[in-house]
Parts: sequence; C-alpha cells; structure tokens
Amino acid sequence: MSAGGARAGGAPPADVRADAVVRTPVSGVRLSTGGRINRAQPLAFLFEGRALAGYEGDTLASALLANGVRLIGRSFKYHRPRGFLASGVEEPNGLLTLGTGARRTPNVPATTTELYDGLICERQNGWPSVDFDLMSINGLLTSLFEAGFYYKTFMGPRRGSWMFYEPFIRRAAGLGRATHSVDPDRYETGHAFTDILVIGSGPAGLAAARAAGRSGCRVTLVEQDFLLGGSLLAAPANGPDEDLRRSLEAEVVSLPNVTIFRRTTVVGLYDGQTAVLVERHDHERPDPAKGAAREVVITLRARAIIHAEGAIERPLVFGDNDRPGVMLASAVRTYLNRYSLALGRRILIATNNDSAWVTAIDLATAGARVTLADERPTIHASLEETARRAGIDVRVATHLVRAHGGRAVQAAELRALDASTTQRIDCDLIGMSAGWSPTVHLTSHTGVRPVYDGGIRAMVPGPWPPGVTGAGAVTGAGVVASRTRSDPLADGHAAGTAAAQWVGALGNTGEPVIATDVTWTECWAKPAQNRAKAHGKAFVDFQNDVTTDDVVLAHEEGYESLEHLKRYTTLGMGTDQGKTSNFAAAQLMSELRDIDVSNAGATTYRPPYTPVSVGALAGRHIDAHFRPTRRTPMHDWHLANGVTMIDAGPWVRPWFYAWAGRDVATAYVAEMNLVRTGVGISDISSLGKIELQGPDVAEFLDRIYVNNFASLPVGKGRYGVMLNDDGIVLDDGTTARFSESTYFMTTTTAQAGEVMSRLEFLLQTAWTNLRVQVVSVTDRWAGMSIAGPLSRKALMLALPDIDLSNEALAHMGVCEHEIDGMPVRVLRLSFSGELAYEVYVPADRGTAMWESILERASPLGIRPYGLEALASLRIEKGHVAGLELDHRTTLEDLGLGKLASRKKAFVGRELREREELQSPDRWSLIGLECLDPGARLRGGAILFSKDDPIEGHGRGYITSVTWSTVLQKTIALALYSGGLQHEGQEIVCAYPLRNERVRARIVSPIFIDPSGERLRA
Amino acid sequence: MLRIPCPHCGLRDYTEFRYAGDATKPRPAHGTGEQRAWYEYVFVFDNPKGPHLEYWQHVEGCRQWLVLERDTSTNTVGQSWLARQGAKP
Amino acid sequence: MTALSHYSAFALARRALFGSKWQRAWRKPDPRPAYDVVIVGGGGHGLATAYYLAARHGITKVAVLERGYLGSGNVGRNTTLVRSNYQMPGNTEFFEHSLKLWEGLSHELNFNVMLSQRGQLVLAHGPGQLDVLARKGNTMRLNGIDCELFDRPDVQRFLPFLDYSKSCRFPIYGGLFQPRAGTVRHDAVAWGYARAADRLGVDIIENCEVTGFLRDGAAVNGVETSRGRIHAGRTLISVAGHSSHLARLVGLRLPIESHLLQAFVTEPIKPFLDCVLSFGAELFYISQSDKGGMVFGGHIDGFNSYTQRGQFPKVRTVAECAVALIPGMSRLRLLRHWAGIQDMTPDGSPFMGRTPLRNLYFNGGWCYQGFKATPAAGWCMAHALAHDEEHPFIRHLALDRFERGNGSDEYGLGLWTYKQ
Repeated sequence: MSAGGARAGGAPPADVRADAVVRTPVSGVRLSTGGRINRAQPLAFLFEGRALAGYEGDTLASALLANGVRLIGRSFKYHRPRGFLASGVEEPNGLLTLGTGARRTPNVPATTTELYDGLICERQNGWPSVDFDLMSINGLLTSLFEAGFYYKTFMGPRRGSWMFYEPFIRRAAGLGRATHSVDPDRYETGHAFTDILVIGSGPAGLAAARAAGRSGCRVTLVEQDFLLGGSLLAAPANGPDEDLRRSLEAEVVSLPNVTIFRRTTVVGLYDGQTAVLVERHDHERPDPAKGAAREVVITLRARAIIHAEGAIERPLVFGDNDRPGVMLASAVRTYLNRYSLALGRRILIATNNDSAWVTAIDLATAGARVTLADERPTIHASLEETARRAGIDVRVATHLVRAHGGRAVQAAELRALDASTTQRIDCDLIGMSAGWSPTVHLTSHTGVRPVYDGGIRAMVPGPWPPGVTGAGAVTGAGVVASRTRSDPLADGHAAGTAAAQWVGALGNTGEPVIATDVTWTECWAKPAQNRAKAHGKAFVDFQNDVTTDDVVLAHEEGYESLEHLKRYTTLGMGTDQGKTSNFAAAQLMSELRDIDVSNAGATTYRPPYTPVSVGALAGRHIDAHFRPTRRTPMHDWHLANGVTMIDAGPWVRPWFYAWAGRDVATAYVAEMNLVRTGVGISDISSLGKIELQGPDVAEFLDRIYVNNFASLPVGKGRYGVMLNDDGIVLDDGTTARFSESTYFMTTTTAQAGEVMSRLEFLLQTAWTNLRVQVVSVTDRWAGMSIAGPLSRKALMLALPDIDLSNEALAHMGVCEHEIDGMPVRVLRLSFSGELAYEVYVPADRGTAMWESILERASPLGIRPYGLEALASLRIEKGHVAGLELDHRTTLEDLGLGKLASRKKAFVGRELREREELQSPDRWSLIGLECLDPGARLRGGAILFSKDDPIEGHGRGYITSVTWSTVLQKTIALALYSGGLQHEGQEIVCAYPLRNERVRARIVSPIFIDPSGERLRA
Repeated sequence: MLRIPCPHCGLRDYTEFRYAGDATKPRPAHGTGEQRAWYEYVFVFDNPKGPHLEYWQHVEGCRQWLVLERDTSTNTVGQSWLARQGAKP
Repeated sequence: MTALSHYSAFALARRALFGSKWQRAWRKPDPRPAYDVVIVGGGGHGLATAYYLAARHGITKVAVLERGYLGSGNVGRNTTLVRSNYQMPGNTEFFEHSLKLWEGLSHELNFNVMLSQRGQLVLAHGPGQLDVLARKGNTMRLNGIDCELFDRPDVQRFLPFLDYSKSCRFPIYGGLFQPRAGTVRHDAVAWGYARAADRLGVDIIENCEVTGFLRDGAAVNGVETSRGRIHAGRTLISVAGHSSHLARLVGLRLPIESHLLQAFVTEPIKPFLDCVLSFGAELFYISQSDKGGMVFGGHIDGFNSYTQRGQFPKVRTVAECAVALIPGMSRLRLLRHWAGIQDMTPDGSPFMGRTPLRNLYFNGGWCYQGFKATPAAGWCMAHALAHDEEHPFIRHLALDRFERGNGSDEYGLGLWTYKQ
C-alpha cells in the first residue's frame, strides 16, 4: 500500500444498487408504516459482503437493526459482544469500518451515518471475526486486566522487557484498522460570518432561530443531523410533536436571512466567538474528479451565539449493562418513532426519571409487552395511571440489578428497594435511563467551566460570557422540585430575542410559538441514587471497558481526582469522549470519597465535539499545495531549458542545468568552471530586496549595519552585515545608493522577511524621528548575476547603450538606466570572486532580459548556472552564507570583525561585547584543504586536532564543502576553535556516520584571488 | 479566533500579523546604552498572566506595527493603536 | 490481609485470585512546619527531583508542594517523546544521561513507564538540511550515542507509506535515525516518581499553593502557602508555566515568555506507525501511542498565553503537516486537541541551578524539551540541592548565561525563535 504514484481518484464504486438486492423485510423488526423514512426510496448497501437494504431516512445503525443485525462489535479490552447503545453521537459501541481500499475509514459511528446507496461496511475488533472472536478470552481474565494493570507488570525480567510485550498490546489496542493509501477524496475549507449562530435545531433552537430571524439580522442555524427537530424526532411521526416540528421548520426555512446547515457539526468554539463547522457530504458520494468535496470545514465568526444542543441521556449502571439489546430509553423511542423499528417484543424499561415513561407508553401503544421499573418510590399519579392504562407492568421503587444474556439480552433481574431477593423477568430489550446530562461541551470550549446543579443532579453551563446564551435542555431548564414543565419554545424565543437585541437588530421578533398539545418530557426530577453492589460487570464507560470495579480500584489506590481517575482508568477518553460516562464516574467517585459531587471537580471539555477527519482540517493544502511555492520570473524559462530545481525555503530555484551534466555532482563543477574561465548567468531573483527612501536613510543604514554607510556615495554599493540586538550576526547583504535619498538593499533569501520587519519595527517604534520609508520590492524586480572574466564583455554586448567600462562602473559601482522605457539597474557586485554584475529589471520583463543577454552574449559561450554552483563559487571565495550564518556566530567568528566600525554605534554593539563572545577559543571561520587523495570532505564532519582522541564534541565542524576549480580537490569552510590561529595545521575530519576519517589542512578561507584582482578587473 | 483590531484595517485574524512581545520595555537610545540596559531590554521579561501590552505587525495588510492590549489569561482584546504614537493611545 | 505494595505479575495474580487490595500509590499527608528541602511544583520534574534527593542523596525530609493535583500540568499533556539527539556541548551529555535513566526507570521505580524505544527518524528535505543533521549525528556518535544517517531509499524502505510522489511539495531527501529514542507513558512518570518518592518518606502535598517566600536577607528559607507556612533549608521552584509568577514573588524577572503549545490525538487504530517521526520541512512530530491513537504536534501558537486553549489556524497548520508527511492520515479523525503553557527562552534551552538568592534554586524555561528531560532534570536538580552546586551536565544552563553571552542555541534559530 505505497503512497507513491498518482492519486487513485474517480467516483465511488457503483457496484451496489438497490435494484440488484432482493428486498426481504426482516419480519418483526421494521413496522409496515410510520417513522420518518421514505419507503418509496429503498437503498442497498453491503455489510461484510452481504447485500442488505434500507430506506432513505435510515442511518446505517437503523438499517442494520432493521436487518436483524444486533451484534455490531466487540469491546475494546474484554472483547465482549456489543450492540448499539444509542441512536446519536453519544454511541460508544457501534463503530464500523466504512469503505474499501483507499477509502477505508475505520471507527465510523453507524448511528450518525446517513445511509446511502452503495455504502460498504464491516464490523471491527474481532479476530477472526466479530461473530467468533477468539480475543473474547480476555473476558475471562478481566480481574487480571483491571484498570492500570499494565503499570504494574511487563517490567521484567530485564530492562527493555516492555519492548517484548508491547507489540501484543499495540496489536490489541486500537479499534479499527486504517489504510496508508493516499486519500482520493477532496476536502474544502470556507469562511463565513453571521450575526447570530444557533447551535442545534431542536424545539429550543428552532424557536430561537425563528425569533432571531424575524429580527432581520443574519442568522445561521447549524444542525448535525440530516433532519431538523432534535428531540422532536423521537416523538411519533404522526402527532402534535411532528406538526410542531414541521411548522417550525417551514417558518425558519422561509426566512431569507436565515442560513441553515444540515449534516453539519459545530465541532469547536474558539476565542472571539469563532465556531468551526464540519459539513458532511458522504451521503452524496461526492466525486473528487468533479471537484466535489467529502467534507467542508468552515470557520464561522459570529457576533452572538445561542446554545441549543440539548441533553444526552445517561445509562444506568448495573451488572452486565453492556449486553446487546440494552439501550438508552430515548434511543429505543427514536428507533421506534423515527425509524419504525420494533426492536423487542418483551421490553423492560428501567429508569429513575419521568422521561423514560414516554418511551414505555409509546412501545406499549405499538403493541409490545412492557415492564417498567422505576427506582423512585413515588411517581406522579397521572403518569402512573396513563402507563397502567396502556397495559404496562409498572413497578415502582424497583431497580435493575443485572442483565442476562450473552450475545443478546434475554432476561433481567430486578430488586425492590427494601427487598433482599431479586426477581427475574424475561426480556429481549432493555431501555434504560439514569437522567440527562446537558450537552455542555461547546459551552466550555472557551474556558467557562460547567457548574454542578444539585437540583437536577447535572452539570450545566457556567456563566454566559457577553454575547452568548442558551436555550432548552442544554441549560438544564425547567427544573426541579416542583413539577413545572420546561418550555423550550418560550426559552428559545427569549434567547433569540435577547441575541437580536445584543447585535442591534431592529425587527420585531413577535410572540413565541405555543404548542398546547405537545407534552414536554419532564426529565429533571432529581434521580434517585442506588449503588447496590452489582453482580457481573457494571460498565461506566462502554467504549473503553471501564467498570465500577475500576473506579473503586482507582479510589483504593488514591487516584481520586477526576483527572487522575480518568487517566488511570482511561474513562472518557474514547471516541465518544465520555458523553455517556463522565457523570456516572463523577457520581461514583464522589460516593466513594464521601464528598458532594459538586466538589469532585470537572474534566475539561476540548474540541472537537465529535471527531474530525485530519484531511478535512488540511483541506486543499495537500500534496503540491501543502505550502505556497514562490517562483522567480524566469521559472518557466528554466523548466524549458533543462533545469533541475531545488527548494530554498518557500522558493523553487535552479539547482543545476542539463547542459553541464546529468547529476548535480558533475554539473556544478562544469558550471563553476564556466564562471571561473568564461561567463555564466544565474537567477538571483529570490534575494530579498528593499527600497529605502528619505533624507535620513544614510543615518538609518549607519545604525543598522556594523560598518559605515553614512559615507556611501551615490553610484556605489557596499557589503554590509547587520547584527541582532544580542550581537549575533543576523544577515548580510549589499546596499547600493542610487540617488541622494534612494537606496536599494539586498538581503539573503532566507532572512528577507525578518529583516524587512525589523527595519519597519525600528522606524515605527524607537526611531520615529528618522525620515525613512521602506518598501519590500523583492517581487518587483527580477535579478540575475552575470559572472566571470568575460562578464563585462558579455554585458556590453547585451546592454550596448550602457557604459560598462571599468572607469564608468568600477568595482562596487551601481547605475540605473532606462531602456525602451524600462528601468534597468546594474550593480557591479560579486559573490563568486570573479568580475561580476547583477542586473535588475521589472519582474515582468525578467525573462525577456534574461533571454536577451543569453542571445547577445552567446558568442562568448555564456550559459546559465544554478544554486549549487553559486554556493560553491562563494565557498571558494570564503564568502559566508546561510550555513555559516547559523544564528550562533559573531562577526569575529566569521572573520568579519574588522568590518565593525569603531567610530559609530550600531545595533548589537553593546551586547556583542559580552565576555563569552570574545573568547579566543570560539569556533571561527577557517578554510580546509583535503589532504587524503581521493577522499571527500563532507558538511557536518566534526573536526579534531591531529593529536586529539576522536571522541566528544571536537573542536569544530565543516559547514560547507565544494570541489575547488583552483586546487582541483575538495575544500571546505568550517568553524574551528581558535580559527586561523591554527593556519597551516593538519587536522582530522571525523564522519562516524559513514565510518570516515579524513585529514585536512587549515588554510585561509579565501581560496581564490585573495587580493581581489579579478574583482577589480 | 483571536482577532486583532488594526487601526487602519479593522478587526483581522491574528494570522495576518507578526508578534513581537512586550511593548512596555523602552529600547535604550541608540548608542547610549550600557550592556546592562541592553541585557534587560533584550532578554528579561515581566511575562504577566493578565493584562499585557504587546507589539503586533500587520504583515499581511498595512505593515504597520501596533500596540495591543490583551489579557494573556483570557485572550480578551482591548484597544490598539499605532506603535509610532507611543506607549499610550 | 496486607495490602499489596510491590508491583509485579505475581502481585496481579494474587489480587485476581485472593482479592487482595493495592496499597495507595502515595499518602496524602498534611504539611509539616519544616523540611530540609521544599520543592514547589508537583509535575514530572519536581517529583523526579524529590525522588532522587531521597534515593541518591539520602535526603528524605522533603516536601513537594503542588497547587492542584500532582501531574496535572505539562507532564500530563505532552506528546511523550524521549530522545537524546542533541549536539550542543552540555545538551548531548544531559539528554543522553536522561535517556539512560529512562532505560532503567521502570525497574528503579517498580512502575512500568512503558518506555518504548522504537526509534525516532528526523527527516531532511535537501542536502543542506541533511548536512545539518549529519553534524548532529556525528556528534552523537562521537559521544557514544546511537544514530544512523538515512538516504532517501533508506527512508522509503523503512517507511514506505510516506509521500514519495513527484508532486510532493518538499520531497524527502534523507534523515537521521536514533534507534533508542521513543515514547513513554507520561502519566506513569508522574505517578511512578510520586509513589517511589513517597515510599522513601517524601511528603507530597497536593492542593497547596505557594503564595509567597520567606526571606532572610539575601536568602530564602521557606514558603507561605494556602495550607500554612513551611520552613525550608533549600527551596526549588519547578513549576513550568508559572515560573515568572513565582519568581516575581521573590523579585526575580526571568528571560522567559510563557507561550502555548497544542497537542493532538486521533481515534485509536490498529498499529499504523512504528517509530517517532519528525518532519523536516516544518516543526511537526508524530508517533502512535500504545492505546492506538496518533499523537502529534507542531509549533507554539506564537504569542504569550496562559489560556491553555489553542487557536484554530494552528490546528489546520498541524493537520496539513500530518497529511503532507503521512498521506494516510487524511481519513483518520482527530479526537481531541489540548494545550499547555510552554515557557520559551531566548536560546531555546532551559535554566537549571542556583538563583541570585541563596538557598533558592530554579528549574524552568524548558521550551519543547521538558518531558524527555524529566529524569535528568530531577537527577541534576537533586544534585544541585544536595551540594549547592551545579553538576557539569547543567553548567551551560545557568540563569545568568545571557549576561555573559553564553547562549546554548541547539537548533540555530536565533534570538527568541518564535519571532521568526
């Protein structure tokens, strides 16, 4: 599965079609009518090679359940058989692998995957299969595999023994298996702005969006599901709840200033009321070849935010509460009313609050035999009455102790509050509810911690920051001791109105919707607590297989704070991020510690709320577009003329040309030779170029360069070095003076941005009295260097109208001309040590000038040369560059100490005099000549004196290496302790990575023309 | 998204800016400072957990250096002004 | 029956068979009025220091004062890498010493820290960059530390699923591989040191915030805390991101800026990457934890911050690096991202040792390298506290080195690296 080669793209497989599948409804599960599925639109999908069918409106979970698939995975550690616990994002067990080949995607929650035609899936974490999993033997060894067991063993018998055990642990860890292939799908990013963001389209969210929308401002409503309605979708598809849902939706959709995102999750809230949205398109099977994206990540900036994310139901903690067929009561209701599934015939509903009663009543109405066990001793009379009339076997003051069954629940043990014995009842489905936890995650992403509300026994959002509010179940609304019902419609309306006022919208939000025939679920009654010792494993975190025994163990060992508990047991650290486990854990630990839950602490919720593809976050910045590519103006010419390019930071620059050789090692020598004996031309456009203008530029330059620039005459350039404030060399370059008040500075490619910002910083903060303007002109000018003994002749041929005689343009001279209305700057500067000129023209004329020079000077044999030769030529000249300017070296280290003026101040002067920067033992610049015939000097070799033992840090290292055209052997620049004080000495260059030791002699770093005759020719 | 109010360009994402830290330390005047003053200026910081005055440059916009009030413990942003205007707005 | 205190497979079996209980991992004593040494900060470094004081120097009248719960700071948040591929004199020795301590740590603490020495590969994307890595590698080898130079075919054989396509923005040129580098379970480090130190008599005092220092002229002889006054023969500040805050209480200003570093983990998957991998085109590092999640991170966000909440553009930048480096990361899902306070210094190296105040010691400014340094930092600070003198391993990390011009710039990034 190599990632090399072209991306495997193309459309998703079209081999599974609805009409090819024999649709046999599995009797007894899918009801013949009802639900919010479209029976006119069947969909076919592949489940572990079997063709199955579902309907538009199904999730993968509901479709699997409809087809009788109950065993949907094996748990992480104990490999216990698992079924779906829930019907939404809080699902911990139902993770499947979707897709094949390069589209293989593990750990996809089936409960939030919209079914589409052609979907391919398989279950995870069983070997050889989920149905027959040999790893379930772990389940027999649970007492060995308690939380944290790996901290207590695997240490012996020797050091490093963990390396023996680890591969087994690693193979057992993880849920699904990922592919290494390149992802064929496409991901996009976007930015958006809105006045009011409403998160969640349940009744409160819809009411808020309606009110805010009526005010006239921009409203964005974001819903993670493919249908709007939130908790209303759990109610029967025919009835007052559905009527309300449809009318709210219709009204909100009709408002033109309201933008609705479906299938979009707000995964995180960040500073400045910025929301990150992930919009999903998998159900459309988007074709990347047509530019369709699988996911879109949108950064949305809002002026006000209304949280309406609702609440998530809590599982009960009892023995073997993880059996397939044990589900959240609200999920059972959703599967019934939304997906038209009767998941059981003999159903037990176990609860400690009112909300599950509605589920029981719906199930009984649909014809199931229902037993309802409620832990509370007293229930509201009318509720109990309604339930009994529906034929439900009601048992108050009764709690669920244990579920029985292996691959599917078969029976349950109940115990009355004061009884000592249990009763066993047969059941094939258990719906459980231990109360509700407001979905506070997003509310706490920007640092406001949730607070514990003892009245409803739940964490609720902390104080709302300005511009932020909430409505509905997420606030824990509609509390407590009295039987008042919360009204999310009024709540949402108030929030929408308040937000509209906050952003200054003028429209009238009107009156809230009143729905008299809708029964709001009272879920906030204070749930009873019951922690009778459970038989069998009582799970707190289903995905990570954390049981009450593990929590007890953590307490026993002193890992009591929630942070420690979580890390020690891994509770809450699965892909569901503890949505169904955090509260139970906090509650249990508080009991063990004998403290109030409010003192137990809270875990910090972090983005993303649900997992986000790394590829979606990368968007289009992949492959060749990972980072921008900066090209010089002559880029295309180079490509057309046999260049091999190399990266230089963000730039792409010519490395060497085909005319000179087939690989860099031969080519650069030929290019060097050409420059030393004839004339070559090189593209230097990437160097930083800064234009400085103003009466005080000379003074300014004098301050920032170590050498004198105040005296630079018009028509001359000067090499300069700048230090950082700490006295270390920052950059070198040349600055030329074109007129009284116009200067042209060049910097190294790498430091261009840094230098520019520094100049601007000094001028705008400390030296505001200097009359200097600076502008970056790097992209404005194309630059080329014409170098070699024949360079003057070459340029005279190319630019006949410019006087380039030695008298007119002496060494370091500069001039500016106009040719056919085009400005041309010529600077007689040399990096290579040969007679040389730099020519600058406007960038859009760069290729024309380049070609013109090559053509007109062709009788002299001019050819292009690249970066490798450029670098090598300067090494021979002893000219320091990036590898020597390593941000640690001082002027003296680089042999440039004499450059520093003694007469004037310059940036860095004071701190460069710090004592350790003066030490004579510092590693300073030397040249090296190889003494071993046929051997090579290498960059990165460590240097030792002849008598040193070859170990430790040595006395220096080689920075740059080249073949010397002059000496016909390899030479190098290096930094060596004491530098040229040891000129003439023989040293050793050690390169243990290649088992090499090479002898070399310390020589002057200026290998060529030390007196500069060639430069002045 | 931390957003910075540029005096010229308005409220912009922080990614358009370059950060240069504490803006309250006066730079010793050119050529007059002693090593100790320069050492303090270059190397030593208050580094507060709370209100902070700091330099940012709008490199992807007007290229002006500005001083920004920001609370380093909450990321709440206050006023900003052009650096050339000095220590206060 | 007595609680089990020694960890072993045998003990696990006894518990499974006979239901024996485990002893508490560490006591929760009240603070005493005085100690020989008070360590402010119950993170990895503070706990390690306490352990080595007791175990190597016989100094057991020691208290570790932790504001919250021990190990709740950076030791619990980092990306768990350990390595000793350092080239600057002093750093080479220090980090290799640390790695050697890591290698014996599980046995020494009787707590499995899960040291996984799967190797770290640092990539180079051009010949110049490879030469820079070679300098480091040669230095390592000359100091007896394992490493190998890889060329592009070597990298491709080792990790065939990286991007070797023609359209790759920064093609891989080679790399430097240290076989003994790897990862450690970070929580185990804090708990392991805490338990071992506690066994030797060290008092670990949680929920105890230092609010001031007791002065005796130019010396410090104790602390004021939220749980009372405690006298100390010697006091160590080892608090990572709150260094400047505590230093201010004794009138010290430090060469430190507190920044924010984000870290990321994906959902757990079956084995996908067997080594630690570092990108060369940008700062980015990734490995796979033993739980199966891909753990990775990149640069600091880039401005002073104590919020411990990262900005979203950085999440994208890091995700881009992940996919650029390992294209198969694209379909993996990010599970969680978090942040910690990372103290940055002018040269990227920390401060360890004495302060201008007598009997007050400091350990901080760890930039990106705090976690891997945990054992050696503890060991060296214990030495400093015991002898009132810095061990040779840390003499290059003096608090006043910038006054003398003795910066230790490991990566050659220059002054205040974040500003570039």
